[in-house]
Amino acid sequence: MPDAPRLARVLVGALAHAVPTVIGIVILDFFLLRLAPGDAADVLAGESGAATEETVAALRSRFGLDLPVLDQLLAYLGNLTHLSLGFSPRYNMPVSDLIMQRLPGTLVLMLVALVFALALGILLGVVMANFAGGWPDRLLSVVALLFYSIPSFWIGLMLIVLFSVKLGWLPSGGAETIGSDLTGVAHLLDRARFMVLPGLSLSLFYVAIYGRLVRASMLEVTAQDYIRTAAAKGLSPVAITVRHALRNALLPVTTVAGVHLGGLMGGAVVVETVYSWPGLGRLAFEAVMARDFSVLLGVMLLSAALVIVANVLIDLIQAWLDPRIEVA
Amino acid sequence: MTVLLDVRDLSISFPNARPVQELSFTIEEGETLAIVGESGSGKSLTALALLRLLPRTAQMSAGRVRFAGRDLLALSEREFRKLRGRDLAMIFQEPMTALNPVLPIGAQVAEVLRLHLGLSRKAAARRAVEVLDLVRIPDPARRATAYPHQLSGGQRQRVMIAIAVAAHPSLLVADEPTTALDVTIQAQILDLLAQLRRDLSMALLLITHDLGVVAEWADRVIALYAGRKVEEARPEQLLGTPRHPYTQGLMAASPRQRVGYHYTDGPLIEIPGHIGSAAGEAGCPFAPRCGFTEPSCRTSMPPLLAREEGRLVACPVTAAREISHGHAVGL
Repeated sequence: MPDAPRLARVLVGALAHAVPTVIGIVILDFFLLRLAPGDAADVLAGESGAATEETVAALRSRFGLDLPVLDQLLAYLGNLTHLSLGFSPRYNMPVSDLIMQRLPGTLVLMLVALVFALALGILLGVVMANFAGGWPDRLLSVVALLFYSIPSFWIGLMLIVLFSVKLGWLPSGGAETIGSDLTGVAHLLDRARFMVLPGLSLSLFYVAIYGRLVRASMLEVTAQDYIRTAAAKGLSPVAITVRHALRNALLPVTTVAGVHLGGLMGGAVVVETVYSWPGLGRLAFEAVMARDFSVLLGVMLLSAALVIVANVLIDLIQAWLDPRIEVA
Repeated sequence: MTVLLDVRDLSISFPNARPVQELSFTIEEGETLAIVGESGSGKSLTALALLRLLPRTAQMSAGRVRFAGRDLLALSEREFRKLRGRDLAMIFQEPMTALNPVLPIGAQVAEVLRLHLGLSRKAAARRAVEVLDLVRIPDPARRATAYPHQLSGGQRQRVMIAIAVAAHPSLLVADEPTTALDVTIQAQILDLLAQLRRDLSMALLLITHDLGVVAEWADRVIALYAGRKVEEARPEQLLGTPRHPYTQGLMAASPRQRVGYHYTDGPLIEIPGHIGSAAGEAGCPFAPRCGFTEPSCRTSMPPLLAREEGRLVACPVTAAREISHGHAVGL
């Protein structure tokens, strides 16, 4: 593999950027969250309905909320150096345990949505570019515009109405059949059925973006000289599209898809709420309502790390797709 | 010698233009035929039409296109694909952009071998290295894994040639193969083409606007003007005693024609007007720029007349002058 040393250089370069970025994000997030009025003690006191000044103060000192802001930050950073994300006052358990419970659900959802978005988007774009100006192109352009402009919670609700309520094909929420003791393939299939609708509603917006992007870049690439060279070799149109055009046309798509991973996480908050999906998005939402900043910080730190990992991956994929890229 | 390619009355039209009109020519086995003409004369379109690689908006019609005993006009697209890249190959003007930037050059050569010769992935990779060696890429085994951006323009054109000759075509169409290269590399590439032509006994259709290239490397030359053949001859005939007013003008415009003259010594001679001046009009396309025009030139395209052995000229006016001139000398 002559590509290996080059890819290794790209990887090292990307990781060198990652560490200071994460530290910066943690500190910035920490101060941003202080701007919200109230804290976890207020919410806990409010929910108990009959808290005295003394109990609230006791709660604050127990969770370290009465310390000066800078001391709190230093304490948090100190925890991080020990790979601890702190303790959640609301859930009464370590934040890392809480996050690890919810992380797989969200990761799977994001992955499914991204795969849906890329597969459908690339297919859509290739078909549109192939029939550029013709009726399939126009029809699909309108479809893409619809996907692009409809908010994902509404798409989610409408998919539930159609596939769960009217047709009864797919479940309307949750992650698996409750109380079932399926194992092996049957268990996987059961979970897959629960994944389809949330994955689809999260991905349709991105299907539209990738579709239009692939269409534009396919049209640009197919006008290139090397496509004519490929035709002069006697390759079939399918071989030309797949082997010569698509690989070049995918470069801009990978860039945008990397940026979208962060956006997918944000979109997951909405979709997880609509489908009562037990993921990080809903955890973040609940943490905001409870002013449970340590959980929120943990989620934000994790999503930052996720975006950074995604970017490194994208750098690697691009370096692999395009040999002209040296150090991204 | 047997005729390899026989093209009769090839016309190419776009919705609002006819850049090639009723062009007929033949290429014999192992022969190098040069087509010369200025930009817009239709020479590149002719080359693309032979491989059915014209842009979608172009319409092509021909009375006949026979290649190696087969009627190319009767082939379906699928059948034609089997021919393209195997018996009938092409190289292009711009080696910088004609190779796929994301594939190693060896893989791009091997693709042809796998497609047309049915070689396995391994065998094709091995054979690709041999073909790269054939076009004199130094250290071909290592270079096969290089990407196009790591090669110079001349080397890229060698890779293009390797792709074209990998399946041993009987006709190679070279569309201005050296235009984008600097002069020293030009000669190397043309030498390579000439050698491959001999070694692989293939015919070469050389599209160029460089008369120097024609003089040195062609067996026969066709001059195109505005999509029509105006003169066909052996290179020494065309360059030594051009018979058509256009080719005469071309030769007169060449600074090399005057001994001891350098292009900085005075104004360059040119043919007045430009190639599009007769678009859509009847008659000889060169008439608006010609010094010998007669009324008949404006009404119908002059036919190609045989002058000497193997020579065709589409100008009755210069023919008549030569005859009368010849008589005068004879008396």
